[in-house]
Amino acid sequence: MDWRDRGITLGARAFGEGSAIVTLLTREHGRHLGLVRGAKSKNMAPALQAGSEVDARWRARLGEHLGSYTLEGGRVHAHQVLSKPLELAALTSISALAEAALPEREPHPALFDGFHVFLEHLEDGDVWPSILVKWELGLLRELGFGLDLDACAVSGVNENLTHVSPRTGRAVSALEAEPYLDRLLELPGFMIRETNHVTKSEALAGLRLTGYFLERRIFAPHDRSLPEARQSLMERLGRSADETQRIG
Amino acid sequence: MGPISSELQRVIDLLAKLPGLGPRSARRVALHLIKRKDTALTSLAAALEDAAAAIVTCETCGNLDTQDPCRICTDTRRDASTLCVVEEVGDLWALERAAVFKGSYHILGGTLSALEGVGPQNLNIGPLVARASAPVVTEVILALDATVDGQATAHLIMDRLDGADVKITHLAHGVPVGGELDYLDEGTLAAALNARHTY
Repeated sequence: MDWRDRGITLGARAFGEGSAIVTLLTREHGRHLGLVRGAKSKNMAPALQAGSEVDARWRARLGEHLGSYTLEGGRVHAHQVLSKPLELAALTSISALAEAALPEREPHPALFDGFHVFLEHLEDGDVWPSILVKWELGLLRELGFGLDLDACAVSGVNENLTHVSPRTGRAVSALEAEPYLDRLLELPGFMIRETNHVTKSEALAGLRLTGYFLERRIFAPHDRSLPEARQSLMERLGRSADETQRIG
Repeated sequence: MGPISSELQRVIDLLAKLPGLGPRSARRVALHLIKRKDTALTSLAAALEDAAAAIVTCETCGNLDTQDPCRICTDTRRDASTLCVVEEVGDLWALERAAVFKGSYHILGGTLSALEGVGPQNLNIGPLVARASAPVVTEVILALDATVDGQATAHLIMDRLDGADVKITHLAHGVPVGGELDYLDEGTLAAALNARHTY
């Protein structure tokens, strides 16, 4: 077995003295593990940081074997954010979520492409939060738990959609939501509009919405909770949103 | 019955579990020790036994020593106002080898890692916050790896030390001594350029 693919490093676990078992999100082969020899070398270490984009070659005698990776052309994104707590938290959150939620060796090219777009915009603080929220929305959809945000579940209108039903995952218009506000989840406007510029508060509301469904539909059935890195992103984003409001 | 006795095989198996040794090198090491029974094997066995009995973990900083608190924590010549936070004992040894830091240490016992399931509760952060809150401490140096996990841990510690009246610093990232720009990866170059300072 032998293939080549583009991959994004999700993480690496030390194996023996100099090797590592590396998890990549590949475009055509999904979340895929493999052994990397010489993982601690100066040349290889940057490519094994979460969020690094690599050209991967995977080889194994049989398809079901762990196999070994040869990684080339690493494009490292982590260095841009090592000193930025919020962006670093976002990078670790999306990596941990992909690692924890995606089944092994099941291709999800749309999620790979979305992750790539997220990395491309990681330095733009007004843009990456919305890409991250939409990526999580895509994660739900790819795993068969997509939210229906096109029209109001009650009236069928597709305007002024402001909330989501926690039971059905369908949008509800402001008018129909009015009597049930305490029971519905907030739907921030950027999630249904073609815009990527969002405030921290809107991004937080978006992550609360996707987090609610990720937790209940993907993690809870397996008796697991959302990755710690995602909780930490929520806390950090919450603090950042509060600071922005105070300054404003 | 194989050619190797069960006692010797047990030694080989135990040696093979050590970092850097596989079954082949473990056999070589075992043979070397057996051939020099009086000079190497018995003295190594005695040294290991002594170490196992005497080495303890310092309750203050997490260092390994024969006394608790360790010799670094009790050394009055060292600067108690500066606390250097490192991941493992090996990092403390590396800094001591460099002989440039004369303050106190605090060993975290790892870094946050989503893949390894290491969260804040698995790290030695609570005692660090208590130590940093002592009036004598004025600076906390975060000497953690320049990796995603290392820096995520550094940011977490910065959050936890928010209320403490200390200056928080971290090691510089950039061009290593003797490093040639042409051979550096783009991440290191970018970090070095971002952290540039005036002569």
